[in-house]
Amino acid sequence: MSDNVDRSKRRLLLAATSAAGGVAAAGMATPFVLSFMPSERAKAAGAPVEVDISAIQPGEMKVVEWQGKPVWVVRRTPEMLDLLTKHEEELTDPASSVPQQPDYCNNANRSIKPEIMVAIGICTHLGCSPSYRPEVAPADLGANWGGGWFCPCHGSRFDLAARVYKGSPAPTNLIIPPHQYLSDTTLLIGEDKTTGAA
Amino acid sequence: MKLLKNLVGWVDDRFPLMDTWKEHLSEYYAPKNFNFWYFFGSLALLVLVIQIVSGIFLTMSYKPDALLAFASVEFIMRDVQWGWLLRYVHSTGASMFFIVVYLHIFRGMMYGSYRKPRELLWLIGVAIYLALMAEAFMGYLLPWGQMSFWGAQVIVNLFSSVPFVGNELSVLIRGDFVISDATLNRFFALHVIAIPLVLAGLVFVHLIALHAVGSNNPDGIEIKKHKDANGIPLDGIPFHPYYTVKDIVGTVGFLIVFCAVMFFAPDMGGYFIEANNFVPANPMQTPAHIAPVWYFTPYYAILRAVPPMFGSQFPGVVAMGVGAVAILFLPWLDRGAVKSIRYRGPIYKMFLASFVISFIGLGYLGMLPVTPIYTLISQVLSVVYFAFFILMPWYTKIDKCKPEPDRVTFK
Amino acid sequence: MNAINKLWMLVLLLAVPMLASASDAGLHLDKAPGDLGDKASLQRGAKFFTSNCLACHSAAYMRYNRLADIGMSLEEIKAMLPEGAKPGSTMSAAMDAASAKMAFGVAPPDLSVVSRVRGTDWLYTYFRSFYVDSKSASGVNNLVFPSVAMPNVLGYMQGDQELDHATGKLKLVTPGAMSTAEFDATIADLVNYLDFMGEPAKLVRYKLGYIVIGFLFLLLILSYALKKEFWKDVH
Repeated sequence: MSDNVDRSKRRLLLAATSAAGGVAAAGMATPFVLSFMPSERAKAAGAPVEVDISAIQPGEMKVVEWQGKPVWVVRRTPEMLDLLTKHEEELTDPASSVPQQPDYCNNANRSIKPEIMVAIGICTHLGCSPSYRPEVAPADLGANWGGGWFCPCHGSRFDLAARVYKGSPAPTNLIIPPHQYLSDTTLLIGEDKTTGAA
Repeated sequence: MKLLKNLVGWVDDRFPLMDTWKEHLSEYYAPKNFNFWYFFGSLALLVLVIQIVSGIFLTMSYKPDALLAFASVEFIMRDVQWGWLLRYVHSTGASMFFIVVYLHIFRGMMYGSYRKPRELLWLIGVAIYLALMAEAFMGYLLPWGQMSFWGAQVIVNLFSSVPFVGNELSVLIRGDFVISDATLNRFFALHVIAIPLVLAGLVFVHLIALHAVGSNNPDGIEIKKHKDANGIPLDGIPFHPYYTVKDIVGTVGFLIVFCAVMFFAPDMGGYFIEANNFVPANPMQTPAHIAPVWYFTPYYAILRAVPPMFGSQFPGVVAMGVGAVAILFLPWLDRGAVKSIRYRGPIYKMFLASFVISFIGLGYLGMLPVTPIYTLISQVLSVVYFAFFILMPWYTKIDKCKPEPDRVTFK
Repeated sequence: MNAINKLWMLVLLLAVPMLASASDAGLHLDKAPGDLGDKASLQRGAKFFTSNCLACHSAAYMRYNRLADIGMSLEEIKAMLPEGAKPGSTMSAAMDAASAKMAFGVAPPDLSVVSRVRGTDWLYTYFRSFYVDSKSASGVNNLVFPSVAMPNVLGYMQGDQELDHATGKLKLVTPGAMSTAEFDATIADLVNYLDFMGEPAKLVRYKLGYIVIGFLFLLLILSYALKKEFWKDVH
């Protein structure tokens, strides 16, 4: 190496080339990383779903698929709604302070219309889908059971507003998806008036 | 900085990290007179990496199933986020790989890089080239378009011309009586796992062999003949930083060409991606005109130039195969007193030029439909192609070479 | 070898595909006046395509909501959806493939990538090259696609053409609902749309290409300066 090397110029060029090369590398990596995002097909399959709720009888549950996940739609009876207020001290988060629901469902029933309950049927513990147990005080769930969902995987319990009971492994209430009523009998899951497409 | 030093020290006690760095980069002494042609080695390595990375990402959305393959490619082109880019990187990369490798091979021929002591290095290189052809051929079936299907059908049928066992051999390759789902599935396995592993291994061995014997150079003389007191070749410079910074320039220049093709002409007028391959494979209907992708056409033209003999297409198949592996024998065919074209006489230059013309001419003819006049030209060019090899021991010996310099020419 | 020689050899090697494509001349094709930057033309083409072609053909890889790429709003897209389809649905044919095969002898091909198979010039010429031919079963024939199975469904727009066997040229004998200029413009829009549908990414591809290559040139200058600086050491 010769002695009259301009070290500072060399360092500057090295830094500039490395920086530009770094930008180029990041630019090249971007499309590769983004290719992991949901495809247009997945998005189309996850588009908002219309549900006809006219045929759901009081106390019955209908399961629809949205974004590949089960979404529960339950028509709650007045007795069921009545029971919801009776066991609040047994719940982890009775007032739904953790934002697991859109603002318009942050109320005592966690729903837009009191009788229609909509929730994503995926346990907030490890992702199993709890089973619907609307009956009151069955033998296996005990005398205090006022109807709700019971997760077969690890025994998490939820009431009919999809709120988690204390002592369950699930940390939070179930998620309420964005939804809105297109008419009295048609529910649109996945999109609401505030957000547009979710 | 101290932390880094400690970390390197910790690794170095357990793995020869600094030794490897020195042996292959900072203290690997390459001749200082490398020219333009010496970019293609590092570029070939770059394209290999590009192909492996883009290939891995394509595998995540591609379906190796005769009923789903074509649609899954369109799914990648439209529905996968940036999928079109991934696919064009891979399809452009395939053709670029061959451009780079052909130029790399030609460089070796011009400067006698196959001569002693680099025969084994050359043989490994030829093995890489053959593996690359297999890789490209099997990859071309995967989009499951008409050209994929019929190209594979024709090439696999070549094996059925092998005497005695031909029919069984081609059935064995296909796993069926025609190209089918079974063929697609096995070609997929070979394309994404088996051959890439072989390629990576061969490339590694190629580099090890190169660094053991040292790089040749445009003067075709050994820089190891003149060393300084420390045993460092006088005409050698450390690969890092000198050739790393130089290869970065080559890489960026290459990427400009690569991106120009990829963004503005990924089909390259139908030669990188053929129009008929946008029609799903249909075993009931052959397209009016089928030709292999451009990088196979020189050999395809040789195949078509050889007439059937004894009622068999086999001689043509043999000629094609020999044509593809002919460069393998160069180390033992060349009797020239010098290695580099710079000091060769006019006869060698004439033969090399006619070889290049025959290769390009055959490549061109291999894309065209067969006519009597084209067949005749193909036959002439095939003779020229093989004459370059067969006559080599003779013409390299009688050729009047100029004296080699003692030290490399460097301005 | 000097630099000129080197470049010349490289050009030769790279020129092979160009030479070959120049030799592909066959039938004369009219140049399609397409412009993928013309959103209005693409939208007219999209509306024409969905209301006419989708009667018999499908475009199974094309989603309706992809029309947003050519500037259509979600409302406009929803307005053109057939019964039961969602914005994210792919374009299916109104007629099912089996009855179409009964009617025409072959199933009408899917048109998603037809522009990539045929090229836009071929399509532009094809749609305008139907002529009355009493010898064919459908009563029409086509200059660029002889004995085509597709009936001349656009004939009422274009009018009837006849082939002058002496010159090989077509001439309009019965005017249709559109003037020749109107019809050609309509077909130009349709072909423009088919070009987009064949590769929706084309819209992004060119734009991104300029940015990427521009940046690489900057990097080339920097890396060349760096190389020159380091190579000052080498004598």
